[in-house]
Amino acid sequence: MPEPLLHLDGLRKNFGSLAVTDNVTLDVMPGEMHAIIGPNGAGKTTLINQISGLIPPDEGRIVFAGHDVTALPPEARALRGLSRSFQITSILPGFAVLENVALAVQARTGSSLKFFGRAADESALNAPALAALEQTGIADRAHVRAGELSHGEKRALELAIALAMKPTLLLLDEPMAGIGREETERQVDLLLRLKGQLTMVLVEHDMAAVFALADRISVLIRGRLLMTGTPAAVRADPQVVTAYLGEQLE
Amino acid sequence: MSATLFLVQILNGLQLGVLLFLIAAGLTLVFGVMDFINLAHGVQYMLGAYLAVAFYGLVGNFFVALVLALAAALLFGLLLEFLVFRHLYDRDHLDQVIATFGIILFLNHAVRVVWGAAPLTLPVPEFFTGTVVLMSGLLYPVWRLVIIASGLAIAGGLYALVTYTRIGMLVRAGATNAPMVSALGVNIERLFMIVFGFGTMLAGFAGIMIAPIISVEPGMGDNILILAFVVIVIGGIGSIRGAFVAALLIGLVDTLGRSFSVDILRLMMGPSPARMAGPAIASMLIYVLMAVVLYVRPAGLFPARGS
Amino acid sequence: MSDAALAAKNATRPLRPTRDVVLPALIFAIFALLPVIAALAGKQYLLDVGARMMVFAVAAVALDLLVGYAGLISFGHAAFIGLGAYAVGILSAHGIGEGLIALPVAVAVSMLFAFLTGIVCLRTRGAYFIMITLAFGQMVYFIATSLAPYGGDNGLTIAARNTIAGWPLIKSDRAFYYFTLLCLLATYLFCRALVGSRFGRVLRGAKENATRMATIGFSVRRFQLVAYVIAGGLGGFAGFLLANLTEFVAPAYMSWQQSGELIVMVILGGVGTLDGALLGSAAYLLAEEWLSGITENWKVIFGPILVLVVLFARGGLIGLGSWLWRRLPHA
Repeated sequence: MPEPLLHLDGLRKNFGSLAVTDNVTLDVMPGEMHAIIGPNGAGKTTLINQISGLIPPDEGRIVFAGHDVTALPPEARALRGLSRSFQITSILPGFAVLENVALAVQARTGSSLKFFGRAADESALNAPALAALEQTGIADRAHVRAGELSHGEKRALELAIALAMKPTLLLLDEPMAGIGREETERQVDLLLRLKGQLTMVLVEHDMAAVFALADRISVLIRGRLLMTGTPAAVRADPQVVTAYLGEQLE
Repeated sequence: MSATLFLVQILNGLQLGVLLFLIAAGLTLVFGVMDFINLAHGVQYMLGAYLAVAFYGLVGNFFVALVLALAAALLFGLLLEFLVFRHLYDRDHLDQVIATFGIILFLNHAVRVVWGAAPLTLPVPEFFTGTVVLMSGLLYPVWRLVIIASGLAIAGGLYALVTYTRIGMLVRAGATNAPMVSALGVNIERLFMIVFGFGTMLAGFAGIMIAPIISVEPGMGDNILILAFVVIVIGGIGSIRGAFVAALLIGLVDTLGRSFSVDILRLMMGPSPARMAGPAIASMLIYVLMAVVLYVRPAGLFPARGS
Repeated sequence: MSDAALAAKNATRPLRPTRDVVLPALIFAIFALLPVIAALAGKQYLLDVGARMMVFAVAAVALDLLVGYAGLISFGHAAFIGLGAYAVGILSAHGIGEGLIALPVAVAVSMLFAFLTGIVCLRTRGAYFIMITLAFGQMVYFIATSLAPYGGDNGLTIAARNTIAGWPLIKSDRAFYYFTLLCLLATYLFCRALVGSRFGRVLRGAKENATRMATIGFSVRRFQLVAYVIAGGLGGFAGFLLANLTEFVAPAYMSWQQSGELIVMVILGGVGTLDGALLGSAAYLLAEEWLSGITENWKVIFGPILVLVVLFARGGLIGLGSWLWRRLPHA
């Protein structure tokens, strides 16, 4: 049995007396697309925040690629190959689209303690950045100020930044949030093409996208992991259906 | 170094602490609830002192002067809030710092224009002049005891107000999460005004009470303002309890440090280097304390906002 | 690769020749010609005023780096000026008047202080940072006032300006003026390069979205500490120049009012532009010269002006200039 790329062991996080993450133990296998679903307030984003290092868990361990990263800050995890996109778009609005992505390339390309030379002109950084923009379909907007992009384009930029880091594990926090039908289809196509090239954890509400993409699905309800299984198994599970899917599927 | 001297300095430290609390309380509340850095808070303190002197010159009675000065200080503070501060709540901290810095420049020099640059004095009210014997060999000025007592009383009253009344609950909620309080339908502008007015009065009161024992001069609020900042940073922004603990701590450390630094150092080195290093180290003490506290707890001892 | 993508790959950020090159060139040209103008007009004191402007401009440019580009509002910047100045003063008091020793010492002391205090300050964010830098600045001020052998409150006179490699090269006011001009030019060019470099880009990115930068893989605090130390060192450099200009050091050099005035200079000129720091320090010191000649209490007028600038003219002089420029009919 291959080693899981990401292993969450008894993760617990309390906000006051509320258990937002309640004893979550979860494995993500290399190369799989692992979706995490659950109703609003289930604690999905908090879980992602703990995996990426923005929130420290109260108890439990996070093991990534065989290393215990529980105590590592987000930047250390990023450099080890863990990348994420944010549910609420988190880009640099004052910078050009290309620079947003070039910075992600810069983080893993040589030293940034360089005080001379115009970083914006470095083709070693711009070329991979442009490639990532092409992957997500917004290469033609490379020199637009990121703040001026449409919502859908910003989501694409969000993804491009995450991809430019050449991650081994990509955490996607509701990438389809707030974008239209056409954009969603494009995102799904892109993620399908990426399947197998890297391991992904997908948090999503859009059930059609989840069932089209996921190899396995974990269901989170009120901070607790209800079950993990194939899409067919999750669909059929009576507990899941009553607790969650019943409202979603018509 | 005698025990009596030590006790006197402890009392002096308490007095400074209480004074710092009065100033810091308003500062930390305004900051906690409105996210507003008010560098001009120190001039409220200065204004309290000047108004007390001015009214005393008119009415000849300290307590009447106190009431009038308090009222005038409150009015002036509300005027400032209406004219300037209100427009800064939405701005970033840099803007607030510059604008309130401008107000300090203006008021420090305006006070010089109106009252002159020479230091002014105010006599201690008759009933409280002189010293009292606390223990054998320990005499302490009555007025300083009055300051300590009134400061502690206000601290207690403030704590009760904030903990047990509805308005206090709103203030605590505002310090923890102001937008939420506003979203819940509370008239946040009125809350801001009340918080601000209160803070202004506390600072003014501190200035009035201290006026009889120090010289009232332009810029007297500046140094104590920075000490107040150290207090609220150590205590935790938005926390009355933190401000109280930190204020007393700083008052004691600073006073005892300045009095005994040379003596303590003399135990470790010769008298001459001790005399040179003593004052320097004494002035550093509270900042080193601040650095140590912040290194361990970057949000202060009792932060109002949760982790 | 598509045509659009290729075009995008080859294009670089468009330069704005007017703003980026012409304005600073103009400013430095005026500074370079000032001694000539002063001699022609017979107003030798202009040389002193001009030198002061340039010395404070060195500190202001460094501060703009912190405030405008890194988003770190340091209210204790004057401490570095003071440390640098006192390094010169204390060395001079012990008979060491050589600039090649005094300058590195001044810069090193400031950088060390920046490093030690930066480690503490940068553990905090936002308003805490402002207050802590204010407090540390005050600490240095009080230490200086308690240094009785070095003048305490009254300050210390310096026997003579530093020699350079033993030669009294900056003894004459004119020579010192041009020396300071060179120092300012070097500082400005260094900071300009820094801002567009890899390092500068990380700082600027962290100012906009620190969380994003962390999740990309940048240890934001480390970069900010480096920036803080660099700015501190440049402040010490300004202090070295100030001590040599006035041949005098006093605790007032590091008062918090001085720190406040430095921030005012940066804001007045236009924060986050570097050119603004040049304009702002010149404008502030000019205003001080001119207004204090009218009334001793000129700050009564200046205070409200500041408030108005903050409320209505956030971009400072540069912002005002851009606003006017946009309204001119263009070809």
